[in-house]
Amino acid sequence: MARVWRMIAQRLAFGVVTLFVVSIIIFGATELLPGDFAQAVLGQAATAESVAAIRRELNLDLPVYIRYFDWLGGVVQGDFGTSLAQRGRPVSDMILSRLGNTFFLAIYAAAMAVPLALTLGILVALWRNSLFDRIANSTALSAISFPEFFVAYILIFVLAQAGYFPSMARMPAGADLGEKLYRAFLPALTLTLVVTAHMMRMTRAAIINLLSSPYIEMARLKGMRPSRVIVHHALPNAIAPIANVVAINLAYLITGVVVVEVVFVYPGLGQLMVDSVSRRDIPVVQAIALIFAAAYVLLNLLADVISTLSNPRLLYRD
Amino acid sequence: MGTLIVLFWIAVALGVAIAAAWGFRALAAALTRGELHRALRDAPLTASFGMMVILIYLVIALLAPVIAPFPERMVVGSQFMPWSSVNWLGTDALGRDMFSRMVYGTRNTVGIAFATTLLAFLIGSVLGLLAATVGGLLDQGLSRLVDVLMAIPSLIFALLLLTIFGTSILTLILVIAVIDSTRVFRLARAVGEGVVVMDYIEAARLRGEGLVYLITREILPNVTAPLVAEFGLRFCFVFLSISALSFLGLGIQPPTADWGSMVRENATLITFGDVTPLLPAGAIALLTVAVNFVVDWQLYRASGLKE
Repeated sequence: MARVWRMIAQRLAFGVVTLFVVSIIIFGATELLPGDFAQAVLGQAATAESVAAIRRELNLDLPVYIRYFDWLGGVVQGDFGTSLAQRGRPVSDMILSRLGNTFFLAIYAAAMAVPLALTLGILVALWRNSLFDRIANSTALSAISFPEFFVAYILIFVLAQAGYFPSMARMPAGADLGEKLYRAFLPALTLTLVVTAHMMRMTRAAIINLLSSPYIEMARLKGMRPSRVIVHHALPNAIAPIANVVAINLAYLITGVVVVEVVFVYPGLGQLMVDSVSRRDIPVVQAIALIFAAAYVLLNLLADVISTLSNPRLLYRD
Repeated sequence: MGTLIVLFWIAVALGVAIAAAWGFRALAAALTRGELHRALRDAPLTASFGMMVILIYLVIALLAPVIAPFPERMVVGSQFMPWSSVNWLGTDALGRDMFSRMVYGTRNTVGIAFATTLLAFLIGSVLGLLAATVGGLLDQGLSRLVDVLMAIPSLIFALLLLTIFGTSILTLILVIAVIDSTRVFRLARAVGEGVVVMDYIEAARLRGEGLVYLITREILPNVTAPLVAEFGLRFCFVFLSISALSFLGLGIQPPTADWGSMVRENATLITFGDVTPLLPAGAIALLTVAVNFVVDWQLYRASGLKE
């Protein structure tokens, strides 16, 4: 057991280091700009006073490392600074209300996509080279090639036109869970369709890889029932690849969320980020980028830990 | 009843696609000789469909001014006119001809995505092969840098960089190329490592050949096959991310005709039951599907798998 905890602690420490470096990149990217950031943001509207005001606000007269540690110290305490576009408004204020919405959408989509994709993936792996496998595979390949907004607008065209679901996913304050699930159905379905295709193909590849190993063939030759071969022999070893597949695709959800939120006018972080990019509101974009990157790093970390736990040999490697 | 009609048209479209792909394969096989003839004759229908679509897109992109009935940026009527014999696909939010903009969009969108992919490959494969050949500190430094850059989701990173550098076509190309070159770097380095340990590399080193000769004459010819297959896949990713950014209003800027922003500008029509805004999105999807089909076939051929 001690080994398990040590492994988890090691991975966590590694994750924290990764996040630290990522935060340096996210903060340091602004330093890449030739000249002064205040001037670049204001562009045509750069009067001497407004440039000086932004410089003071961002403490541009201080050295980089002092500004970075100031920023990082704030971030750790949940303070992301103040917005440039809406003067004086704390960034954490703008983010907090939307963070919950985005997580709700992502979890909603994941709850639909993961069981669906795993079931389909295992089925097509079992019946590989059948007609079902071919159809499922080429459908998945096409779905991967579709831009997210194409899928979203097709769903709007088909389902929202007929009046089944709203095409605008506005979230009124104080809506109960059923209402929220109903309103967020189309965005969640879009994400589900896009992610399921990826996840299904990767699950299929992982299972096929596994089914070709000698001990599965041995179990079959012994005359074991196919269902027992799958559940008792293949599945325990499939946990590691499947955990990886799920984590990679949930991480993929993070990017998908941005486009889908814009299509459905869903009040989430992605929408806020896109708005802030066009307003060049650096503190907001930095904060959201950090949150998305943290979620991405944590998901990959989780996959790593689960696959190590499911395969004791990895634990006793050293 | 409505569903049945939709299903009927999907079946018709599939039938036409299969027939066209079959015809294209027969024509292509008849026009070629030798090795190429055998490869084309045995190509699966999906692959020949993909090649046909790519060829059509290329022709449209090259002959855009000839094919398009109106100039790219000319306002030809009032906004959102329905389909007619003059404006085949109606007009857009500013009254410009939709069909002409679709045709010019082929040139702009595909051209920019292609240039970006080329640049990403140039950066990624040069650095990747350099890291594999030189090794040591350079390899360590570049690899760790790429690890860290890949820890940030690519679309999020692109959005961050676009905020800092502002949105223009040049920054878009550079930002996407740099982000995507990290993926190319990984592959080029991994494939390069396998080649660098070969005896003939050792022999060339002992002969006293320089670094440039080693990379271009000894290593590069042996890593082209996986890199070419990767090029197709990367092109799809780049194409989709540029379209996504354009759709978000942060990529290719108006008045340049571009499929992603065309969807965004005319999206309101969808809520009125008009399919026109779906066409540019469909054009994006069709090209990525086509490229994927061809890449799938090439990977299958390269792996030598015969089931």
